[in-house]
Amino acid sequence: MQVTMTVNGNEVSEEIEPRHLLVHFIRDQLGLTGTHWGCDTSNCGTCVVLIDGEPTKSCTTLAAMTGGHEVTTVEGLEVDNVLDPVQEGFMQCHGLQCGFCTPGMMLTARALLDSNPNPSEDVIREAISGQICRCTGYSTIVRSIQWAAEHESAVSIGSPA
Amino acid sequence: MTTTEPAPTEAEERPVGFGRLLRKEDPRLIRGMGKFVDDIQMPGMLHLAILRSPMAHAKIVSIDKSAAEAHPKVVAVITGEDLAEQGLAWMPTLSNDVQAVLATDKVRFQHQEVAFVVAEDRYSARDALELIEVDYEWIDPVVDVRSAMDADTPVIRDDLEGKTDNHIFDWETGDEAATNAIFESADVVVSEEIIYPRVHPAPMETCGCVADVERVSGQLTLWSTTQAPHAHRTVYALVAGLPEHKIRVIAPDIGGGFGNKVPIYPGYVCAIVASLVIGKPVKWMEDRTENLVSTGFARDYVMQGEIAATKDGKILAVRTNVLADHGAFNGVAAPTKYPAGFFGVFTGSYDLEAAYCKMQAVYTNKAPGGVAYACSFRITEAVYLIERIVDCLAYELEMDPAELRLKNFIQPDQFPYESKTGWVYDSGDYEPAMRLAMEMAGYDELRREQAEKREKGELMGIGISFFTEAVGAGPRKDMDILGLGMADGCELRIHPTGKAVVRLSVKTQGQGHETTFAQIVAEEIGIPPEDIEVIHGDTDNTPFGLGTYGSRSTPVSGAAAALVTRKVRDKAQIIASGMLEVSVADLEWVKGSFHVKGDPSKSVTIQDIAMKAHGAGDLPEGIEGGLEAQICYNPENLTYPFGAYICVVDIDPGTAVVKVRRFIAVDDCGTQINPMIIEGQVHGGLADGVGMAMMEMIAFDEDGNCLGGSLMDYLIPTALETPDWETGHTVTPSPHHPIGAKGIGESATVGSPPAVVNAIVDALKPYGIRHADMPLTPSRVWETMRGNHTPPI
Ligand code: FES
Ligand code: FES
Repeated sequence: MQVTMTVNGNEVSEEIEPRHLLVHFIRDQLGLTGTHWGCDTSNCGTCVVLIDGEPTKSCTTLAAMTGGHEVTTVEGLEVDNVLDPVQEGFMQCHGLQCGFCTPGMMLTARALLDSNPNPSEDVIREAISGQICRCTGYSTIVRSIQWAAEHESAVSIGSPA
Repeated sequence: MTTTEPAPTEAEERPVGFGRLLRKEDPRLIRGMGKFVDDIQMPGMLHLAILRSPMAHAKIVSIDKSAAEAHPKVVAVITGEDLAEQGLAWMPTLSNDVQAVLATDKVRFQHQEVAFVVAEDRYSARDALELIEVDYEWIDPVVDVRSAMDADTPVIRDDLEGKTDNHIFDWETGDEAATNAIFESADVVVSEEIIYPRVHPAPMETCGCVADVERVSGQLTLWSTTQAPHAHRTVYALVAGLPEHKIRVIAPDIGGGFGNKVPIYPGYVCAIVASLVIGKPVKWMEDRTENLVSTGFARDYVMQGEIAATKDGKILAVRTNVLADHGAFNGVAAPTKYPAGFFGVFTGSYDLEAAYCKMQAVYTNKAPGGVAYACSFRITEAVYLIERIVDCLAYELEMDPAELRLKNFIQPDQFPYESKTGWVYDSGDYEPAMRLAMEMAGYDELRREQAEKREKGELMGIGISFFTEAVGAGPRKDMDILGLGMADGCELRIHPTGKAVVRLSVKTQGQGHETTFAQIVAEEIGIPPEDIEVIHGDTDNTPFGLGTYGSRSTPVSGAAAALVTRKVRDKAQIIASGMLEVSVADLEWVKGSFHVKGDPSKSVTIQDIAMKAHGAGDLPEGIEGGLEAQICYNPENLTYPFGAYICVVDIDPGTAVVKVRRFIAVDDCGTQINPMIIEGQVHGGLADGVGMAMMEMIAFDEDGNCLGGSLMDYLIPTALETPDWETGHTVTPSPHHPIGAKGIGESATVGSPPAVVNAIVDALKPYGIRHADMPLTPSRVWETMRGNHTPPI
């Protein structure tokens, strides 16, 4: 079957099997490998993308269900060579180690800050509680999101890369 | 000494060597531009999926693969018998045992590899697995480790010639007679069965590989989730009979390892065989269930612990009898002479008169593994044993557990300290670390609060653990894995313009090697870290060495990086002497340049020297052009990081739900290279400790069915179960390490489980509880409160 959706602002239209999971569609068919896959039971959250701005586990979503919707992956966070404050925050506060959970964590953070620009620590922890990080122990992820909240207004931060 | 590192508010000055430095890895990873194994796509690449046994112990009567072979997208279906024809059905484990690549005669654990399918896409490969028909004949499984050696128990490893029982090894350490004598006359003896259940590292990225064998040249390239690319290459050479120079193992970005990516798994071998036979690249990527049920587990020790002391709290001796469950194949990754890893450090941080350990390891019908999950070669179990039994002693003596520990520490003037089991602790200063943790926690205030709460019937617990690790394996005189000495190579090249590339034999899985190793070189030679490229994880482009596990990267490879840089600097000094026309002895090194002693205006920078080394014109006599060196570092001893941890918990008496309120961790890993990364390593390990103490366990039912086969059953802490960690540090450099660093990767995973358990048991003191086994889930705490505590296995 044919599916058409918007991914990171670009319209894509592809032939898929009806059973194709969105995570495989994004990774294998579109070649956007920043979205990861880490479990069979919708527990880990390494596959989180935004669908119409809502954090969604792409391993538990059929690509076919996403037709007509807007998908944002980690590759869509940086716009015109300017990092999203969330990305900058993760670098500044050591919010990642292996980086495998990071894209999902950052997208959830983005959605949280869009709806709540000034979340408390408890709210941040609740927001990322459907996702697992095996490396960081979460404190630095919380700090990264707080950093992003504080710097949200400063648009052109630039990258120390 | 600092407490929790605050998030920086503005850009700080970048250090030229050691200090807080943002990671070089991050710019690609935060953009989703990392390259993990499953991200690799190649033209014509095929997908491999593995059929696994539904039973824990069964004879394979027949396998019918015809329907699977008829699937239009299937390229090949391979069984154990097919592999046996090529002599590839079995492979060596890292402990000189053998493990089935695909089962031929019988299956020995649930989910063991039985056959594999290679198909054009990953969905078809999985579909075809369901078309394979296997006829099994049930054999009673051996699940209970305590009865594995009973006379009438089925023999699991009947593939081993002459095997009549499930015995693997007996091992002992220490002085049995001296220890027993002390136990006979001691004022106080406390005994407790202490269980460290089977757990799993479960890195967020599962294991997998892409194998590509070029048909004409026979060159194999293997992109693999491996923590030890060089060691793996050698094992592949031994298994497959491929010459080493035709094998290139590449470990690209790795999504966490924690020891899970040390062993060689059947899936890797299957993918290599498939690519060899079919002549196309083949990808194998396990799913989460496969990862949890078949790859390297950790722990699974039943420990009878005993401690002897005087009535005023001087610890005299420790004795333990351990039963170790190694699963169906002995796949422990430990140095050959150390079948129980470094469990011998179970005497902990205390100055004892005697110690003795006796251990028996057995086969059961469970997945193989044993050393994984950030355990520093079984030190996790050793530290848990001593720190739990010391708390049991404090309970009996009605002594404060902090005071008991302070009274028994090895004293600073006793280092280097030879323990009663023969381990030479390089350096330590324990009391300041303990005092700092107590000060950060507000220990006395916490005890006062606890007393008040107890009056009101509220349950609050304070748990302490003080650990000493032995990491950085290891001296080649007594440490090897499969005969390979545990040394690491390092190569440094300074380019003409003064930029550098350093090549490592170790491999990051998130620890930040690309940053810290650049900092080590920067510290030694004064080139800014951003001008130093770190190459690792590619056997064709790095010197030989045993890889990253057991917290060995900084102690071994970090030392290699410092020493190779010094070697280059020595050469640079000779070239500088020619440039400045003075003798070598008249030069002084000030980070980044050589000055003429007494005349700092006459100097050359390392960049000037690099250009000279590669440029035209004469060099001092006997000096070759270029500025590079390679070394192989053989550590003279292990390093012994230590730390003091305090955990505070509250338990809801109505639901038995445990809340970790605070966790204070003071670590001493010697000289610090990058405090930000050290803090991160500690945080991750602390979360592991909360997980193991309260949630994680790979359990089995009586038929040998694995009950921890998904992240719904095997619970890993999230941001809700973990507190905001409070960290601090002391610095006691290692005397034999060139920069004094000791390693930090596993400290917190080793040190935190006893702190959490001690806190929970402390909270339950009003119920007369002295010990309770992990995992302390609400239901297990609930039962414990009612006097119904049962061991988890
Ligand atoms: S892959 Fe684990 S939740 Fe989606
Ligand atoms: S950074 Fe490794 S899983 Fe989160």
